[in-house]
Amino acid sequence: MSRPGFVLEVDERTPALLMHEGEGFRLEKLPLGSRVIYPPESLPGFRDVDAEIRRALDAPLGRPPLRELLFAGMRLTIVFDDLSLPLPPMQTPDVRQRVIEQVLELAAAAGVDDVELIAGNSLHRRMTPAELKRTVGERVYRSFFPDHLKNHDAEDKANLTEIGHTKHGEVVEINRRAAESDLIVYVNITLTAMSGGPKSVSVGLASYRSLKHHHNVHTLRHSKSFNDPPNSAMHHSYNRMAALLAENVNIFQIETTVNNSLFPKQMDFLNKREWEWNLKDQAAFLAVRRANELVPPARRRQIWHRNAAPYGITSVTAGAPEEVHPITLRSVLRQQLTEVNGPSDIGIWGLPYICPYNVNSIMNPILVMSLGLGYFFNLYRNQPIVRPGGVAIFYHPVRNEFQSVHHPSYIDFFEEVLAETTDPVAIETKFEEQFATDPWYIHLYRNSYAYHGVHPLYMWYWGAHALEHLGDVIFVGGDRKTTARMGFRSASSLEDALEMARERVGSSPTITYHHTPPVAMADVR
Amino acid sequence: MNTALEYHRSPGRYFAGRVVTGTKLGGRAAGTVAANLAPLRLADRKAPPLPGPGWTRVRTRLSGICGSDLSLLTGRNSPYLSPLVSFPFVPGHEVVGETLDALDDLPAGTRIVIDPVLGCAPRGMPECRWCAAGQHSRCDNITTGGLSAGIQTGFCTDTGGGWSRQLVAHRSQLHVVPDDLDDARAVLVEPLACAIHAVRRANVPPEATVLVVGVGTVGLLTVLALREFTEAGPIVVIGRYARQRERARELGATEVIESERAMRALRRKTGGFVVKPERGEEFLLGGADVAFDCTSGSGMTLATRAVRAGGTVVMAGMPNAGADLTPVWFRELTVVGGYASGGGDFPDAMGLAGSAPLGGYVDAVYPLHRWAEAVQHATSAGSLGSTKVVFDPRLDR
Repeated sequence: MSRPGFVLEVDERTPALLMHEGEGFRLEKLPLGSRVIYPPESLPGFRDVDAEIRRALDAPLGRPPLRELLFAGMRLTIVFDDLSLPLPPMQTPDVRQRVIEQVLELAAAAGVDDVELIAGNSLHRRMTPAELKRTVGERVYRSFFPDHLKNHDAEDKANLTEIGHTKHGEVVEINRRAAESDLIVYVNITLTAMSGGPKSVSVGLASYRSLKHHHNVHTLRHSKSFNDPPNSAMHHSYNRMAALLAENVNIFQIETTVNNSLFPKQMDFLNKREWEWNLKDQAAFLAVRRANELVPPARRRQIWHRNAAPYGITSVTAGAPEEVHPITLRSVLRQQLTEVNGPSDIGIWGLPYICPYNVNSIMNPILVMSLGLGYFFNLYRNQPIVRPGGVAIFYHPVRNEFQSVHHPSYIDFFEEVLAETTDPVAIETKFEEQFATDPWYIHLYRNSYAYHGVHPLYMWYWGAHALEHLGDVIFVGGDRKTTARMGFRSASSLEDALEMARERVGSSPTITYHHTPPVAMADVR
Repeated sequence: MNTALEYHRSPGRYFAGRVVTGTKLGGRAAGTVAANLAPLRLADRKAPPLPGPGWTRVRTRLSGICGSDLSLLTGRNSPYLSPLVSFPFVPGHEVVGETLDALDDLPAGTRIVIDPVLGCAPRGMPECRWCAAGQHSRCDNITTGGLSAGIQTGFCTDTGGGWSRQLVAHRSQLHVVPDDLDDARAVLVEPLACAIHAVRRANVPPEATVLVVGVGTVGLLTVLALREFTEAGPIVVIGRYARQRERARELGATEVIESERAMRALRRKTGGFVVKPERGEEFLLGGADVAFDCTSGSGMTLATRAVRAGGTVVMAGMPNAGADLTPVWFRELTVVGGYASGGGDFPDAMGLAGSAPLGGYVDAVYPLHRWAEAVQHATSAGSLGSTKVVFDPRLDR
């Protein structure tokens, strides 16, 4: 039986607690009285995932069984979530592989010949052949790559089609092949309450023209939070777009959720609550930390990114997106939701080595910002864990390092845009169009493995709500110049950070440490 | 007796310096190498005699250390120039001094700046076609006539040079310094004249995007000359050090970029694609209209790779490194040399030196006997926040 999430109050007996900080971690003693939000323990996964998939495909919600939707001569497009999910990547066989294989078996049995597989990568970078193979499995890869297993190309104007406009005038433009198919089967992993559902097709297969309606500062400032769809302007937009898609396109959604088992057995201490570490866990912590310090940086990064999570699959639901997604969300919240009594003056987060946009890559400073002020800050329902005007303290080295193949426009964004302004509105007004339409960035997005030119701006907007809400942001261990470029401050220790925070929150602030990963969503009353 | 820094012929020391500074570590310690290996010595010799009528002795007030001098001392300059100098010579071609002898139209004691080029007039020869056209920097007679070989004062055994108490100069080389122009600004007139000359050689079209690579003295004065004498559009400057970049902005640079990521930053300004060869530096398909290499040649690679097809690259500083010329051929570039000055460049420089924001550019003044420190300082001027290092022989007792 998995124990629920809870909030610990630090007292004299509380040991030092684990903080992730990029490609490393530390133990930190928190001041007495600090609250620590722990997620529910990892739920058990299905013993027989394939059987669950079969069950879902045979008994979907709001649709006939999948086998009845497949027929000879049809155009079938299978779309799957790209490598930005889950985090960390799961151990193979990936659940998407398992789902796709069953879908293809049904399609083959029905005599379907015209099948395309598309990674729903939106404006993310293309997946490499190796990454595609890891996701869909060897069998599917060999059968379909390269002609019938592709990445979505949001800049291939000839292969985009306009579905129409929502009642708010939002243009919905998606991948032509998918739009003109008899059936889209979307294979999803919903890692947080932000993803899946109406977001899948309307974002994963969309163009910049469509995305700008919700990926903008105004919408993100009115998404409180973007992990709480009923209170998220972004999701309201997704819903409108999904409604329009539902009138025009036939979508069969297959959604899965995972538990909180992020780290393999050798690093099990990272999955556990600190006071429950046994001798083996303590030894493992010391050994891993020491080895981590000794290994050269490039090799360290490689090792971390090779980590494959031993997730258990906790739900598989298929059918009409609007009926599937509420079930999925319940499963997500069952794993992640923890009730918290009110906000505090200071919120603390340890930022891990991985976010959706640096899989097999470097977490550059802008991604650090979006992970902390975007994803982690927004892991709440009702209100943030920090009060308005409070202080956010993050742990991360925030090195000035970039992967020039994956993130070329990020480099320019950091060097030029942030040198001029860090105000999201000013950035959006002055720079978005240049970055979004720069021919070189478009060339690299389409032909190399680069995120779209506009992507760093979106990452900056991701933190727009937090930037408006918070009084100060401090990075413990952060590179001073790099954090200053982004408009933040750095401290060499927690004590120094708390001292710096005094000017905002006084000398006896209330503190909440949001102990994630694993993912914990705070239900702040 | 004339206290002077004398550069004597020593192939061994020259090549030793060249080899050592050609290594990564040696390159970083170029100042130390120059101070210890360069065949330069402080000597007390007889002052150079007047070569003939129309010459005057000049007492040095200030004399600058130029990038070309540093290339000489580190062995990085090209052997191409070896027949164009005569040994031993006293370096120093950026000179503000006072005349010691009366000339027809110039009383003794006149404060002057020297145009160092030793063309036909100082050599007592009938004017070659270049000198006749006012382009004495192209003079063909620099190895003959009444003087030993020497492209300039500061490279000729007969004239002496600015790194001494006293040298000699011909009337044709002298430009009177106005009373309201102090020595610290006057010593910048010669390099400023060179910058104006290079800018004029480039024929910068109106609204052209101009790239200036390197913001030592040459680069900064090039920015100034571009703003004063052309209708250039955006001037993008690439410089390593913060103080230099700040100065470039003060002189009219539109954008200042650090050396790292320069190509990307330039791409954002001018458009185009960045392309990375398997070996060698990135380049732009696109880029600036005109690029000035104001380094000692190390910036040539960047300049040729950052200029658009059909663009122009101006070599404003004496080169001390080779460059892959493939971009010149492939992108049909025009490469223009800009050496010394000519025509009206000197008078224009004299006028501009008084009005331009050049205060504080001479921020290190050394006596001759501390030449080793001066050379080390000049070699690291950028990182030390300095622009121009000069000698003042009056400080030598």
